[in-house]
Amino acid sequence: MLYYLVRRILQAIPVLIGTTFLIYFMVFAMPGNPILGLFGDRAPNPALLERLEEQYQFNQPFIVQYLNYLGNVLQGNFGLSFSGQSVNEILARTFPVTLQLAAIAIVIEIVVALALGLISGLRPGGIVDYFSLGFSLLLISMPIFVLCFIAQFFFAVQLGWFSPTVGANTSIGNMLLPGIVLALFVIATPIRLARTSVMETSRSDFVRTAYSKGLSRRRVVPVHILRNSLIPVTTQFGSDFGLLIVGATVTEGIFNVPGVGNTLYQAIIRGERPTVVSFVTVMVLIYLIVNIVIDLLYAALDPRIRYAK
Amino acid sequence: MRSDLSTGRASDAPHYVSDFADEAVVQIDSVKLDERRSNLWIDAWRDLRRRPVFWVSGVLILFITVVALFPGLFTSVDPRFCDIAKSNAGPEAGHVLGYTRQGCDVYARIVTGTGTSLSVGLIVVLLTSVLGILFGSLAGYYGGVVDAVLSRAGDIFFSIPYILAAVVIMSVLSAHRNIFVISLAIGLFAWPSTARVMRAEVMRVKNADFVMASIALGLSRFRILLRHVLPNAIAPVIVISTISLAAAITAEATLSFLGVGLPNSIMSWGNDISQAQATLRTEPMPLIWPSLALIVTVLSFILMGEALRNALDPRARARR
Repeated sequence: MLYYLVRRILQAIPVLIGTTFLIYFMVFAMPGNPILGLFGDRAPNPALLERLEEQYQFNQPFIVQYLNYLGNVLQGNFGLSFSGQSVNEILARTFPVTLQLAAIAIVIEIVVALALGLISGLRPGGIVDYFSLGFSLLLISMPIFVLCFIAQFFFAVQLGWFSPTVGANTSIGNMLLPGIVLALFVIATPIRLARTSVMETSRSDFVRTAYSKGLSRRRVVPVHILRNSLIPVTTQFGSDFGLLIVGATVTEGIFNVPGVGNTLYQAIIRGERPTVVSFVTVMVLIYLIVNIVIDLLYAALDPRIRYAK
Repeated sequence: MRSDLSTGRASDAPHYVSDFADEAVVQIDSVKLDERRSNLWIDAWRDLRRRPVFWVSGVLILFITVVALFPGLFTSVDPRFCDIAKSNAGPEAGHVLGYTRQGCDVYARIVTGTGTSLSVGLIVVLLTSVLGILFGSLAGYYGGVVDAVLSRAGDIFFSIPYILAAVVIMSVLSAHRNIFVISLAIGLFAWPSTARVMRAEVMRVKNADFVMASIALGLSRFRILLRHVLPNAIAPVIVISTISLAAAITAEATLSFLGVGLPNSIMSWGNDISQAQATLRTEPMPLIWPSLALIVTVLSFILMGEALRNALDPRARARR
């Protein structure tokens, strides 16, 4: 296990360097001086411009800038946002909110996806199977912002069950609607995957053995089928995490949840390029870390993985 | 089933021997020349044409394509002509879906926006297919160092969620936003999933007997890849391309909605939805109609992808 862990973390390093390099390069290679954006339409004071360029190190060659930036990131310092605030401070303020939103979404996602996947996998062709197929196809086809607006309009504005925007009050009840929307956005693949996985596990030899040695369905389904079907669902969760990040950005923006995603959303809308870049980088880093954690979890769930690699 | 076995049972005479197939003995060594031709594509077509999902999504896609190619057939209203006096007005004769906040015709804007969505989808799919097939087949076929380098490169692109990457590219390229740039921004980070599928399939096909036979015949490795491996490994790429097309349309709408997609001068459903969100609480319809167009279009391609997956993936077929 330790060997696998070290190996997996070592493998992540080139990807980490590659992704930050790629983002940094894209921004660097593009025309236009980002500092000029700070001045709006006015002509900048040359002395001030020079001082700012020095402060943000824009006068250094690309590779020096990048290495400085990477060094800072490795020390946990993500730089300054467009308005001069430290990205770390913004993160410290907004990250717990996003974590709470993501937790609500993930709990709903796991419970609903496993329940629907299990029932439709055990009875393929049944009512629940058709319902969950239609449900997931419809959800896949809905862009996140459409989903947000529909939920906001019907459940908050028309029915008045929830508050349309979250604002400063980040209690669980208030965050429930954006949480549900975010869960619905990412739920389609886990439902389908859980279904296939349950169908395949139900046909395996060990399930037949379990039945033939007289175990009841009530024991075989949760212990033998469900537990073994979890493995593909867990790994898929890693690659779907990117979807969750994109979803959280838009959901937090539309429902005005004061989280990391909302900060990014506002920065995109206002065209604040440096803030966009620092937050996209932060999110990509989170994405990479989550994927490593999930790979390790995968190895813990299924001992075969450790020896195969 | 197609079996021609007929039992040699006499109708009313009593018999004490079990049913006997007298023709089977004759047929054991004969080759059925009248057997229908069969390969993956013919089988897939036979499977597809029995599926209502295929026909429904096929007709929808055909319809959407016609709307995209000839918007003039469906509306004669100028989508750029806006009368602010009609802001958010309801439907009236000649303007069946009412007006946007700026007083433009909702229906005409939806019809004209179809071409934008479809063009972005097609360009992205072209890009992801070319890059994905190239990288995936080389990595899967040559293996070793080539595979390691190409797969790690793919991993790097894969670890940035492509909408976030597109947000960065588009916000940097704010001065040059058009259909090609946005397609490039989406496609540049979306190809690794196609490459992964292609790589896995090429690795499976390259161990097939007919590849071994081509090697024995002395064909060059590259020629075998082009002539024998690629045509037999392309099916999953077609499936994933159909689904990528849907994803690309969604991505364009999301980027336009965020304000980093297409400029307002280009008709786009995402832009229209973004414009309509300000008055969502009082006038939801200008937001609902383009959303509906978006959902139906994406759903048609997703359904087509599902139908193709079921027809082309032998494992999915065996599962039924």
